[in-house]
Order: sequence, then C-alpha cells, then structure tokens
Amino acid sequence: MVSIQNLYKKFGKNQVLSGVDLDINSGGIFAVLGPNGSGKTTLIKSVLGMVIPNKGEISVLGNNIKNSSNYRYKIDYLPQIANFPSNLKVKELVKMIKDLRGYTTEDLRLIELFKLEPFLNKKLGTLSGGTKQKVNLVLTFMFNSPLIILDEPTTGLDPISLIRLKDLIQVEKAKGKTILITSHIMSFVEEVSDEIVFLLEGKIYFKGTISELKTKTNQPDFEHAIASILTDNHA
Amino acid sequence: MLKILKYSFFDLMRSRWSYVYFAFYLLLGIVLLFLNNDLSKAVITLMNVIIVLVPLIGTIFGVMYFYNSKEFTELLLAQPLKRSSIFLGQYLGVALSLSMSLILGLGLPFVFYGLFKSNTIWDFSLLLITGTFLTLIFTALAFNIALSNENKIKGFGYAILLWLFLAIIYDGIFLMTLVLFEDYPLDKLSLIGTMLNPIDLSRTLILLKLDISALLGYTGAIFKQFFGTSFGLIISFIMLIVWVVLPVLRIVFKAKKKDF
Repeated sequence: MVSIQNLYKKFGKNQVLSGVDLDINSGGIFAVLGPNGSGKTTLIKSVLGMVIPNKGEISVLGNNIKNSSNYRYKIDYLPQIANFPSNLKVKELVKMIKDLRGYTTEDLRLIELFKLEPFLNKKLGTLSGGTKQKVNLVLTFMFNSPLIILDEPTTGLDPISLIRLKDLIQVEKAKGKTILITSHIMSFVEEVSDEIVFLLEGKIYFKGTISELKTKTNQPDFEHAIASILTDNHA
Repeated sequence: MLKILKYSFFDLMRSRWSYVYFAFYLLLGIVLLFLNNDLSKAVITLMNVIIVLVPLIGTIFGVMYFYNSKEFTELLLAQPLKRSSIFLGQYLGVALSLSMSLILGLGLPFVFYGLFKSNTIWDFSLLLITGTFLTLIFTALAFNIALSNENKIKGFGYAILLWLFLAIIYDGIFLMTLVLFEDYPLDKLSLIGTMLNPIDLSRTLILLKLDISALLGYTGAIFKQFFGTSFGLIISFIMLIVWVVLPVLRIVFKAKKKDF
C-alpha cells in the first residue's frame, strides 16, 4: 500500500528523518508512535507530498509519488491541528472540498453522526477546538479512499464523539481499508491499532504488533512498554 | 487551477479591502474629473497616483493574502491538486481582483463623464493597461517574497523595501548616475535603465503617449524617438510581460520545493 525507502529529511540543521524504511500492507490499522519531535508528522506529510524529502523514495499503491498529485485521490487525510480559513462557513467549506475532490453524499450522514447541523451556517473561526475537529473528521471520512491517514484524531473530542470516531474507524477497517494513525493517547492506540510503528530520532525503532512489543521490552502492559523504550534510549 | 482561482477571487471579493480599494479609485476618479473638468489633465494626475500606489497596494496585498491564507493553502495541499495550480490560482485570484477594483473604480466615473466621446480614450486605456500590468508584476513579486520568507515581519519588511527601491530609490540612483556621467553619451544607458524598472517603464510609456515629451528636453527627444515608435511600444510591452513572467515562473519553481 505504502512503501517508503531510505527517507531523509532535514529542516535547516535539524535532521528529522534519517533513513526511514517502511512497508505498510493493505488492510488494517497502523499506529505511528514516537516522542515529540521524532518525525511522525514529517513522515506523514512526506507521504502526502506536503513535505519534500531530501532523499529517498515513497510509493503509494505502487506509484512513485514524486511530482504527482493524482495519487492523493486515494488518500483521506486528517491534519493535526484543524486550521481552516476562518471566514468560511462550515457548509461552504464542505461544499468547496466536494467541488475540488468529487461528488459524495457521505457528508450528510457524517454531519448527522457528529451532530454538526447547528454549526453549518457558522463561520469556522467562531467554532471551538472540538467542533473544528469534528468538521475535520467529516471532511476526512466523507470520501471513500483506500488509504486513510489520521494525525492526532482524538484532539479535543468529547467522550461521545470519541466513541463515534472509534466506531467509524472500525467500519472503515471492515471495508478493507488501510488506516494510518498517530496519537499520544496510548489507550486509544492500544484499543484500535493492529500494528505499531515506533519512530525514534528519525528512524524506525520497532515495527510489529503490540504483544510483540511487550515481549521485546519485557513489560506487562503497553504504556510501560513504550515508556521503557523511551527511558532506555534517553537515560 | 480555475477552481482555486474562483475560490480565491470570491474570497477576496467578500473582503472589506477590495471594496475600500475600489471605493478609493471611484472617489479619486470622480474628484479629479469634477475638479479638473479636463479629461487629459485628469489622466496625467491619475498617472502619478497609479504609478506609485498600484505597486504599493499590489505588494502589500499580495504578501498579506499569502500569509493570511496559510490555512487554506495547507488544506488544498492535501487535496489531489497540483502545487503549481494552487499557487498560480491564488496569485491570479489576488491580481485579478485588484485589477478589477482598479479598472472598475477608475473606469466607471470616466465612462459617465463621457470618455467614449473623447479622444483621450487611448491615453486612458493605456493607463489602465499599465496599471493592470503593474498589479500583475508587483503581486507576483510579493508572492515570491512571501514564499521565500516564513517570517511574516521579514516578509512585510522586504516587500516594503522592494516597493521603496523600485518606486523611489531606483530613480535617485538613476539620476545620480546621469549627473555623474554627464560627459558621456547616456542615451542607451538611460533607455536600458528605464526598461529595467517596471515603474519607470510605465511612467515613460504614459508620458510619451500623452505627448508632453517636449517638457522632457533632450532626453525626451531620444525617448520619443524610441518609445514613440511602434517598435519602442512593442519592446516596452514585451519588457512588461517579461516582468510578469519571470516572477510567476519563480513562484511555480519555489512552490514545488517548499515544505508545508
């Protein structure tokens, strides 16, 4: 599905990714984890073509993404911080994205699911963080693409919306889609993900299932397993 | 690209600043016409305003729009759109809405005053054409500055400096060179010097079209000889087009390499 080879990226003097090799197969939920500044967002943005790598190759669905934009029809992306043009209304934003990407009717169902009807005529600048995140989720899930990338999807969500999000992710997984998630909420990751990829200092430190990670680190639970990786490497 | 252009354009059309800009030109046009009561004099006064103001507004507006639409740009970048169409669409959206404010704002009072029955219509059209060119040029330069500078304050600083240089400092340096080397033949140098600055080029074009080159003395005669001919006119317009194309190419080139 996604294949990354020998990826390097530097921002100024700051080497963020140093030789990432990663293959993500079709179907299933993959969590990209790592401490702050380990390059998770940079990795995801490289796959999306928003960050141009210094070296290395990325292919999505078998096509090299360099200088290409049409492959993004196959990706639904949820950005980390929902920054939208603040003078647009929610309704207008949804309409615009549909106009740019193609026709869908899923948006109506999702708007109902997240109870966004009262906000449709409000400007995005006036919405709270959690409501913005819900709009963000609607925009991401309204298209039926085989690859879904979620960057910190739980930010600002209330417990009910969180449950709805988890259901939504499971429904998409059941359709055979590949879902890539980054999150700092370990319980969320443990609950939803099939496999995890752990990034440390710009490299892949671990890739496998959660139980494999527990055995590797000799820790009884997931949160401590992650913590032990971090203490072992920073002590 | 057309879709991006459409959204940028309508976004700007809804913003207060487009109306302020439009209203300013409308007012300027009306005041000039009814105080002067003379179309060709009004055109000269307008030229002096346009030559300085259009580049300034184009630069500031371009930089401001680019920084303000950062979120919009990031949203678009994740969509299946080419980078060149995103940025060219935004650029054209800004440049066209500014040009429209200029053309409508100045055009309307002149049309009502009876422009079509007068023979200054060509002078006036030339004024609007160069005004549009200046908008296209300076908005493109502003986008270049904004693309190369993440820091807003720096971006604004460079933009103002660029305007100051081309609108004022360049002329000063140019004049000093002419004074310093007055013993040498300077016809070619002054012609080239004029060509290299879009503001000077526009001013010379309009002045000579208005047939007041006699006021310019000897240099005026040389300029008239060059710019007055259709060859000179074509070369001047080619230069203006080059001034648009080069910065636009750099926008496309820079946008392809930038990280977001």
